[in-house]
Amino acid sequence: MSTGDAVHDAPTGESSNSDGASRRYFLIQATSVVGAAGAVGAAWPFISYWSPSEKAKALGAPVKIDVSKLAPGEMLSPIVAWRGKPIFVVRRDAATLASLETDTDMLADPNSEVVDQQPDFAVNSWRSDRKEYGVFLGVCTHLGCSPKYVVTDNFADTGQGGFFCPCHGSRFDMAGRVVKGVPAPTNLEVPPYSFQSDTVIVIG
Amino acid sequence: MQQMNPETKQGALADTMEWLDARFPATETFEYHMSKYYAPKNFNFFYYFGWLATFVLVNQLVTGIWLTMNYVPSGDGAFASVEYIMRDVEFGWLIRYLHSTGASAFFIVVFLHMYRALMYGSYRGPRELIWLIGMAIFVALMAEGFFGYLLPWGNMSYWGAQVIVSLAGAIPYVGADLMEWVRGDFLMSEVALNRFFALHVVALPIVLLGLVFVHFVALHHVGSNNPDGIEIKKNKNEDGVPVDGIPFHPYYTVHDIHATVVFLFLFCAVVFFAPEMGGYFLEKPNFEVANPLKTPEHIAPVWYYTPYYAMLRAATFPLFGMDAKFWGLVTMGAAVVIPAGLPWLDRSPVKSMRYKGKLSRWALRIFVVCFIILGVLGVMPATKAYTILAQFCTLLYFAYFVLMPWYTRVEQTLPEPERVT
Repeated sequence: MSTGDAVHDAPTGESSNSDGASRRYFLIQATSVVGAAGAVGAAWPFISYWSPSEKAKALGAPVKIDVSKLAPGEMLSPIVAWRGKPIFVVRRDAATLASLETDTDMLADPNSEVVDQQPDFAVNSWRSDRKEYGVFLGVCTHLGCSPKYVVTDNFADTGQGGFFCPCHGSRFDMAGRVVKGVPAPTNLEVPPYSFQSDTVIVIG
Repeated sequence: MQQMNPETKQGALADTMEWLDARFPATETFEYHMSKYYAPKNFNFFYYFGWLATFVLVNQLVTGIWLTMNYVPSGDGAFASVEYIMRDVEFGWLIRYLHSTGASAFFIVVFLHMYRALMYGSYRGPRELIWLIGMAIFVALMAEGFFGYLLPWGNMSYWGAQVIVSLAGAIPYVGADLMEWVRGDFLMSEVALNRFFALHVVALPIVLLGLVFVHFVALHHVGSNNPDGIEIKKNKNEDGVPVDGIPFHPYYTVHDIHATVVFLFLFCAVVFFAPEMGGYFLEKPNFEVANPLKTPEHIAPVWYYTPYYAMLRAATFPLFGMDAKFWGLVTMGAAVVIPAGLPWLDRSPVKSMRYKGKLSRWALRIFVVCFIILGVLGVMPATKAYTILAQFCTLLYFAYFVLMPWYTRVEQTLPEPERVT
């Protein structure tokens, strides 16, 4: 046995004691670090377990919507779900489209400046890819109720239709833009979508 | 001791502890159970399994809670939801295998924990109550495992439960009605599945936690036994500290952390590479949905029940006007319960096998061999030769207990040492 070991085995003097203390400190620290890494590793599967499962992801896959029978001024019915949430598809007539460009004084965010609420292609007066068709997530940005489609007179001054949330009275225009002075803070969300053909929209 | 402890609590932490201790016995509890709990300094390998059982219990609770998040306790949904967990849920396969492997690991560590008690006389006074509480934990654990095994609603789950519930039918007069009452139906159905789910997930875990808690309380009140089977509290220094004791923390906490790491190596090897364990941990017919019209070809319980199952089958003849089925139930029940009598059956002047005589040593060896043989026979088909062997082993199993008052008294024992060795 070397003398060095003997010192560790029987710490009697001042120096050997502090030597043992630093060694103990190192061992505690090293064990704690490895233990913490292990704890994080062990926690990982338990945290991941709460993420959307493969089934949920499959349900979140893109959905196709046929709009060939949608007439101007109507909203697609029955309402299609994407990731379990209602998708509003409206076909707007020329008068409505004109109104969307001019009647913006009452709106909180007429130019879609809140970036997260729509894909880049929908940053325009109609908040859509093609002018005629508006596609929105039918979920009120206040507390998650689903607004009602109002065909006309959603707004007293323009006579235009829009969306009205029955829960807390939030109002949106035909481009899903929220009006000032209602509980909803932002415009309706526009989901990512594209036109597969002139009459088929793919959501997601 | 004269030098300042570098870890002396200072400042904010000390203030916080002072505030807490005035309202809750935090430091007091820690000292009573850990830093001033004096455990014998001669613990050996077999003293890891108490902690490991606790560790596996925690694993079962956490993974069980997680499984419950996706499991559907219904006739139509149960099997599919387990497959859903296995295939679609993130890390669902891991959580489920941790739980199913944990069940087998639980019995492995508990059997070794109990074997330790047999070897070193840990059930002897003043630890009779710890032993009885432990027996209650064992019975609760068997029930927990049984109820849990039905939940995947595989075909083996189904018929295994069918067979065990049918045991109640062996009870004279009330048997048939009792069976119907337990099932809540005329056959094993969703009704039974739902009650087994409630018992497995809510009732028995509460019972188990309560029993484990009082197991600890009783243990820490009288103090641990040790491989020499002598009382360290008989030899205290002027401070009232047992001379052969060492504070549990940090000495044994570090030992137990080490044991946990080694255990996890083995446990994870099974979880990742052999979670079905060749059909012993997860049986093959259980990958098929429960079918009330088709019994699996070869039906056997999970490995940890097989010694008792073999004893159940070993009763093949009527006696005193009661049929064999009834005696099978009695034999199995007695086999589970009889170890509870050990504190009063063991009349040896010494506790530990180290100082007991030849008869005790051979009795324990034969007992262990018989238990293992019975365990193997429990998964085998009941042929004539196997049945005779099972009957022979059953006899020896009970002989270990029944003859104990005799052989522990007549044998020549060695003198116990004054101090632990």
